[in-house]
Amino acid sequence: MISAPDVVAFTREEELEDELCSEPPLPEEYSVPLFPFASHGANPWAKVASSKFTRDFILISEFSEQVGPQPLLTIPDDAKVSGTFDLNYFSLRIMSVDYQASFVGHPPGSAYPKLNFVEDSKVVLGDSKEGAFAYVHHLTLYDLEARGFVRPFCMAYISADEHKIMQQFQELSAEFSKASECLKTGNRKAFANELEKKLKDLDYTRTVLHNETEIQKKANDKGYYTTQAIEKANELASVEKSIIEHQDLLKQIRSYPYRKLKESDFHPYEPECALDQANVGCDQDLTTSEPGETHVYAHVPSYTPKLIKAKSAKCFDKKLKTLEELCDIYFFTQTLDQLHQIERTFRGDVCYLLTDQISRALLKQQSVTNFLFEDVSFLDEKPPEKQYRGCQGLSQDAVDGKCLEESPAPKVVISLGSYKSSVECVPIKMEQEIEDSQEPKMTESVTFEHQENLDYLDTDIKGSISSGESIEVLGTEKSASGLTKSESQASLPISPSPQVGRSKVGSRRTVSEDSIEVLSTCPSESLIPEDFKASYPSAINEEPYADDEEGGLRFTPKLNPDNADEQDDVSNQENLVQVDSACCIGKESPNFLEPLPDLGQKPCDEDGVVRIPPQPYRQAEQGLHGSFGGVPSHDSISGGLLPYELDSRYLTGSREVSKSSLDECSDSTSYISSAASTCSDRTPSPAHLACPASEKHKKKAGQNALRFIRQYPFAHPAIYSLLSGRTLIVLGEEEAIVKKLVTALSIFVPNCGIYAKPVKHWVTSPLHVVDFQKWKLIGLQRMVSPAGVNVLHALSRYSRYVSILDADSKTLRCPLYKGTLVSRLADHRTQIKRGSTYYMHVQSILTQLCSKAFLFTFCHHLHLPISEREPEESVVNRRMNFLKLQLGLANEDIKIVQYLAELLKLQYIQEPGQGVNPLLRFDYVPSFLYKI
Amino acid sequence: MLRWLIGGGREPQGLAEKSSVQTIGEEQIQNPYTELLVLKGHQDIVRFLVQIDDCRFASAGDDGIIFLWNAQTGEKLFELHGHTHKITAIAPFSSSDASEEKKHLILTASADRTVIVWDCTSGRQVQRVSCFHSTVKCLTVLQRLDVWLSGGSDLCVWNRKLDLLCKTSHLTDAGISALIELPKNCVAAAVGKELIIFRLLASNDRSEGWNVLEVKRLVDHQDSILSLASVNDLTFVTGSHVGELIVWDALDWTKQASECNFWDSSVHPDVQPEIKLSQSPNETSIQHLTSDEECVFAAVGKGIYVYNLQMKRVIACQRTAHDSSVLHIEKLPNRQLISCSEDGSVRIWELREKQQLPAEPIPTGFFNMWGFGRANKQANQAAKKMQENTPMYFLELVGDLIGHSSAVQMFLYFGELGLATCSADHLIILWKDGERESRLRSLTLFQKLAQNGDLQLKF
Repeated sequence: MISAPDVVAFTREEELEDELCSEPPLPEEYSVPLFPFASHGANPWAKVASSKFTRDFILISEFSEQVGPQPLLTIPDDAKVSGTFDLNYFSLRIMSVDYQASFVGHPPGSAYPKLNFVEDSKVVLGDSKEGAFAYVHHLTLYDLEARGFVRPFCMAYISADEHKIMQQFQELSAEFSKASECLKTGNRKAFANELEKKLKDLDYTRTVLHNETEIQKKANDKGYYTTQAIEKANELASVEKSIIEHQDLLKQIRSYPYRKLKESDFHPYEPECALDQANVGCDQDLTTSEPGETHVYAHVPSYTPKLIKAKSAKCFDKKLKTLEELCDIYFFTQTLDQLHQIERTFRGDVCYLLTDQISRALLKQQSVTNFLFEDVSFLDEKPPEKQYRGCQGLSQDAVDGKCLEESPAPKVVISLGSYKSSVECVPIKMEQEIEDSQEPKMTESVTFEHQENLDYLDTDIKGSISSGESIEVLGTEKSASGLTKSESQASLPISPSPQVGRSKVGSRRTVSEDSIEVLSTCPSESLIPEDFKASYPSAINEEPYADDEEGGLRFTPKLNPDNADEQDDVSNQENLVQVDSACCIGKESPNFLEPLPDLGQKPCDEDGVVRIPPQPYRQAEQGLHGSFGGVPSHDSISGGLLPYELDSRYLTGSREVSKSSLDECSDSTSYISSAASTCSDRTPSPAHLACPASEKHKKKAGQNALRFIRQYPFAHPAIYSLLSGRTLIVLGEEEAIVKKLVTALSIFVPNCGIYAKPVKHWVTSPLHVVDFQKWKLIGLQRMVSPAGVNVLHALSRYSRYVSILDADSKTLRCPLYKGTLVSRLADHRTQIKRGSTYYMHVQSILTQLCSKAFLFTFCHHLHLPISEREPEESVVNRRMNFLKLQLGLANEDIKIVQYLAELLKLQYIQEPGQGVNPLLRFDYVPSFLYKI
Repeated sequence: MLRWLIGGGREPQGLAEKSSVQTIGEEQIQNPYTELLVLKGHQDIVRFLVQIDDCRFASAGDDGIIFLWNAQTGEKLFELHGHTHKITAIAPFSSSDASEEKKHLILTASADRTVIVWDCTSGRQVQRVSCFHSTVKCLTVLQRLDVWLSGGSDLCVWNRKLDLLCKTSHLTDAGISALIELPKNCVAAAVGKELIIFRLLASNDRSEGWNVLEVKRLVDHQDSILSLASVNDLTFVTGSHVGELIVWDALDWTKQASECNFWDSSVHPDVQPEIKLSQSPNETSIQHLTSDEECVFAAVGKGIYVYNLQMKRVIACQRTAHDSSVLHIEKLPNRQLISCSEDGSVRIWELREKQQLPAEPIPTGFFNMWGFGRANKQANQAAKKMQENTPMYFLELVGDLIGHSSAVQMFLYFGELGLATCSADHLIILWKDGERESRLRSLTLFQKLAQNGDLQLKF
């Protein structure tokens, strides 16, 4: 429904006539270019001859390090789809255009292998010989056993229509990015799990090796090392190195999402609640705050470590993991679902897609009338960006951009501790981050170390750098380097916020039994900027291992017992650490626990801005930060808010919707502040596209409606009843028949609000006047039992409010209809054969009707006197004249428009806070009985 | 209709009962109520509706909760909780102190033997009295004296501050069923079959004190008095369970006229047979009385009777106006009459003059028979004489409102704002003039448009 004309302000009636007489030309957006081969009599929708596949499909390929490019799967998973099309060849083609700067392995100057978080690349590729055009989305997944830990993959949308790919590039890119993000999230999770297992294996191996060395040492009294001993020592050393490497990898993979969040185009994949529920059991104590990402790294318990053979770390299995194994199974199925949805969305001819997008965009603007006959699902839907990208003419991108730019100056870094206006800051943050991103991170780590490690800064322990285990030394170094940076930024206060990670660890430790969980979810690691990576792991995170790990699995073993100094040093440091962390627990955990409950409620006010009143104690503030999780808190908020914020930005055109999205904003803000410690479950669903079920429903409803019109000669008065707001009751014994009729007729029912269609498919109890307020189309069971008599009694009592269609005896009791409108809507001799076509036909006529209702509703002098003295009768006359002459309505058609106008009025004057008072309007008109 | 629904011969017998009730059908041109609003809130029978001011009313019933509603929008303003049992009486109590702005209060009495004063502006409980020995069944406010009376097994007089000023001795266990104010500081209380007149006397010792004194007991009714209505300063009427209607002089409490033959069909040979069939007292009890200057309108059993005070006879009637007992009737300014009944319907009647149609058999029969009262021969003759040269009237059904699924207990007429009805189905329905509402919505719409600046209005 698209064509409600613009309101024309008119003062004289001649002008109005002129306006109405001249047919407005087809809007520019609708002029589809003529098909170039039309003259040859070709069907414009015919398949492009050269293509070897029957319809569009999605191909996932991999560049295997063993066999080269190979196709993995197609969506739909049907051999017929690709036909004779050479998937292998095409995989080669698409994998050869990977523009990803896939730089892996050891970067120069870095001691450890470094994971590369490469962006996905998106390219369009054509192969005119094959008649195939593809949108190709390259991505890399991590695999511990793969070369450089990465496996290049690509997802390609392959179509025979080049225009489709080109014109839908933005949409395809957006959708594929979502799918890719989902897949990568799952992959990171799987990768992290794999790393954890590997680390355990290594730990175990090291312990075993260490014991062996000890035994050897004891057995060996010759005073020199045997080759065997040296070998063992070397092996041990390589295991140590491997542990550090893997820890580093683990840290890198975990730090990923937080870094990514700062980028404006990053949409973290949000898993559904189901997963949250599943995880709650095992990580209730894992009060992670970052929505969607952190908790997926929940440690998989009960893993028995294996002994790793020497050198086995270096040589990998020849059988590579499959895509399924590379990704967490939940995310994998999600990705597949997403891809299936993409396939369904972009199925069909490009002009259909384009028209659909244009109409949707236009419909969005019809905010006054679009609730009447549009899909509820469509109206509920968060307006995705694509709708504005679809039609440049209507695009608000420019405006939005401006909006973003013109936003007031951000409170950048200094306001780290204050959450005020963090919501407003979001869009700026997105831009500012590029320049500023380093700074907050610095501050955090800086103060972090500054406060905690200041005590032993002076201690001379630099000598132990070489050992690799004397972590505190490294920590000191880190803090020292951090300090210099913080001093260079004079404006930065030594803000308490970076305590986050620490307080978290401390408090967590008090509740958590499993030290590995503590480690694996400690977000503070992610704060550490790249520069400080070398200094990992930090003392605090190390601590739980030392405390809780059982048996010989000590992370800081006395490697060189001969070196007394070092040993002293180590134990000394250990003491330091323990004292420190203990005091950390004692100091922080009460604060962490106490301020949270009340702060949770306070910070959100109605403006959608989080306000946190100044806290009397710094600790309280720290506690708060702790509740926000270890990530830089403003980032966490902006990350969480990103989708909402974008929505409201995109919606600046429509007042109502932007209001609602503002509400959502405030909701989400309060959610973040109050429920930060629980897993995210209020996150927006990633699927923005129209649900395909409704498409099917439309088709079916259209088909049924078509059948109804052909079968029942009294279809017109029945439809008139629906359009004029008189409840139609379909009475019948068999549920299936009744429901079918209800479905058929439901396409004619105007919505009373934006909530749901006032259609009740099946009722078995007696109806009441309240039901007629609520429902405009009801399927009612006819029963022979006494209860059934009650039902009929009620029906006969309220007969003045309802029309009754008896499905069993094929009769209709309803008021007379003599108008012309419905006959256009429901012509029983119509040539339309398909349900979906008929549905569209109905929609277009109803749109026309809507525009009439709109005009009628919003013409001031049709409802209110022009002057004070004008009598009511003349207004009534004018109104009737307008309806009859200007809108060309006859007889009962007037009532339809009047009813729709009433609905429009109710909707418009409705206050946002309170719902529409359901009222029942009716007429005292006689009913007639229609029979076949 | 029902027969058609049930279809053919499958219909259980006796469903479509034959009824002599006048029906109007679906086309009701004169019925202005084309929009309804269902107000939900009560959890039990809603028995009382009371108007607070121009656009607010209160509802109360067996669930002990009082709701305040906006009669225009149907918005629920307040929900007043305080009573633990059903509400037995409710009365508006607005202060008219010159100094302060008008304060709207309501008094509610409940079966929990308390009376609570509520502030309608704030929705708060102002004060509460709980020293009653029995349930207060009626409340009357004497604005002139700035006191209010509560009637249960005794009669108490209270001032605005809820000080008990005086009380009568224990009257009966059944208690006072109705109270009205009469001139000269008198009140009439219906106690069983008796009508007791009390007078309030200013006490000598204190300035604000009042004494209540029983002045007279009138024992003319044969059965318990169900309804009591004041007509004007000089007259009031009472109606009893067996259908006696007595018109009293409000000053000297003498019987001016009485009518007690509502049910007695034996007097009237030409009455149709089916009316004779059932004559249980319930069918003839006078449930409610209302009046305008000329006439008293009585809800008698299922019927409505119009008694002309001047002619001292029934001038029009609808013997079976409803399918079951009429519970409440009210006269509208425009010669219309609204009645509601246990059958769940509300009907709108219009009192019309009959244009020289003496040939019409049934009404004439009706009208004639009421003329022959046993009470008063003079009046009879006068009536007979007048009959020749005075116009005859009849009640015409101009509309009915179907919405409630159970007995409609009461209704409140709000003029052009509409009509509020309350029922045993726990609902209150606001009936509105659809045309007017539509116009008002347009007005709001354009106001909102102007306010939002969506449209430049050109006047």
